[in-house]
Amino acid sequence: MDNFLTLFETYNVPAAFWVNIQLTFWAAVWSLVLGTLLALMRISPIPSLQWLGAAYVNIFRNTPLTIIIAFGVLGLFGQLQVSLTDDFNLNFFRLAILGLTIYHAAFVCEAIRSGVNTVPLGQAEAARAIGLSFLPAARLIILPQAFRGAIAPLGNVLIALIKNSTVAAAGSVAAEASSLMKTMIEFRGDLVIPIFFTFAIGFVILVIPVGLLTTWASRRLAVAR
Amino acid sequence: MSAQNVLFDAPGPKSRRNILIGNIIGALLIAGLIAYVVFLLGGKGQLAAGKWTPFLEGRTWEFFLLPGLLSTLKAAAIAVVTSVLFGLIFGLGRLSHVKPIRWFAGLVVEFFRAVPVLLMMIFLWLALGRSNLVEDAPFWAVVIALTLYNGSVIAELIRSGVQGLPKGQREAGLAIGMTQMQSLRTIEVPQALIAMLPALVSQFVVILKDSALGYIIGFPELLQNARRLGVGEGNLLQSLLIAAVIFIVINFALSSLATKLSTLLSFRSKGRARDETLDGIAAAEPEGTLSR
Repeated sequence: MDNFLTLFETYNVPAAFWVNIQLTFWAAVWSLVLGTLLALMRISPIPSLQWLGAAYVNIFRNTPLTIIIAFGVLGLFGQLQVSLTDDFNLNFFRLAILGLTIYHAAFVCEAIRSGVNTVPLGQAEAARAIGLSFLPAARLIILPQAFRGAIAPLGNVLIALIKNSTVAAAGSVAAEASSLMKTMIEFRGDLVIPIFFTFAIGFVILVIPVGLLTTWASRRLAVAR
Repeated sequence: MSAQNVLFDAPGPKSRRNILIGNIIGALLIAGLIAYVVFLLGGKGQLAAGKWTPFLEGRTWEFFLLPGLLSTLKAAAIAVVTSVLFGLIFGLGRLSHVKPIRWFAGLVVEFFRAVPVLLMMIFLWLALGRSNLVEDAPFWAVVIALTLYNGSVIAELIRSGVQGLPKGQREAGLAIGMTQMQSLRTIEVPQALIAMLPALVSQFVVILKDSALGYIIGFPELLQNARRLGVGEGNLLQSLLIAAVIFIVINFALSSLATKLSTLLSFRSKGRARDETLDGIAAAEPEGTLSR
């Protein structure tokens, strides 16, 4: 037992989880922005934008996240010398956020679209009847209700994002939790199971409150009909 | 409702003109995006013929891409079978009327749904590798991790499918003298499975996508082989793109099948198909289920 505890002096486990939380936070913010934009494109009256939105979702929803993240490091950085900052390690961190954003924006878009589906037809008709065109109707009438109807699916995307932040390991973000777990197990092979459960329970602690909170919020904020 | 035509009226002359203008701007945007990418790639010499011709050679496919695809499909196929089994067992467990069984199944399912697949994969890989139990540790790590996670999601699918059935189904089963388990096994779960078939097929897409996580633990699947090929031929970017396209084509076909199934089966079962997914990754739901 003492052996196990000294591991925590050598390796900073909370710091690794903090990296995952940061990855999750930034990717969540950006994918919410991009996903909302895509959802707007998909419900807009303009065919070329509808097509672009649908193509984006179909492509990135069907691509493994691992490929997207690996592409960020091997393709964007390695081959095209794209860099988002001069700091070497921060660059990998940002490329991982970029990859996570691109992937999850497709799911955010679908979640918001399913929220749009909860808005009754009469709301859109009323908006048109008082003379609102597409963008004002979307901004004032449809999206506010759609977001409230989309809290549960958006919460599911957020939970997936927290777990998927570990895939940043494929993007050379060595400070995050799954990479640290690998290092720790390689260092202390006799403690495989306690080390795994430490990290697993860490994720359970992160994920379960988010699930409870979004379920509560989706009930609390549901539009009464 | 179909979101596409409620938000705006059938266009009149003025809005037709506006839509046309918007359409042109949209098309320019798409063309601009493509031009930018081509320009960027061309500037870095990535469009040179030599970077693409390896994909016309047989040995590229014979030694790298096809073996990679084969191990991806093999791992995914085994994981599909085992996770459906896992899902059936723990789904039934969660519906059991024996409290400890229900409790235990719930604990297992909630745990494996909350832990990242990659974490389980790395753990299993290192643990199996140390124990010398199996020869091919990365392969089994991929299969078992996929089974535990997706099996748990399927267990939840089955549970919500059974709970979405009309109460009369179970009552009828009990009325003709079946036990609770018999009624579950012979009446409720088969109907739930049909109602959940589209969501189940979408889950297979998740399995196939997540098998690419094996790349991180050195399992020689499609992505790993594409990287090796790219390093060898000096066309990393192109190899990764080709691997991505292969994944997209297979997954897109599976997703389309799920959408087809959901329209086909909407007449078949009394069960209500889920309209909200249990998990963000499973948000790869067929579009048919998005309608109210």
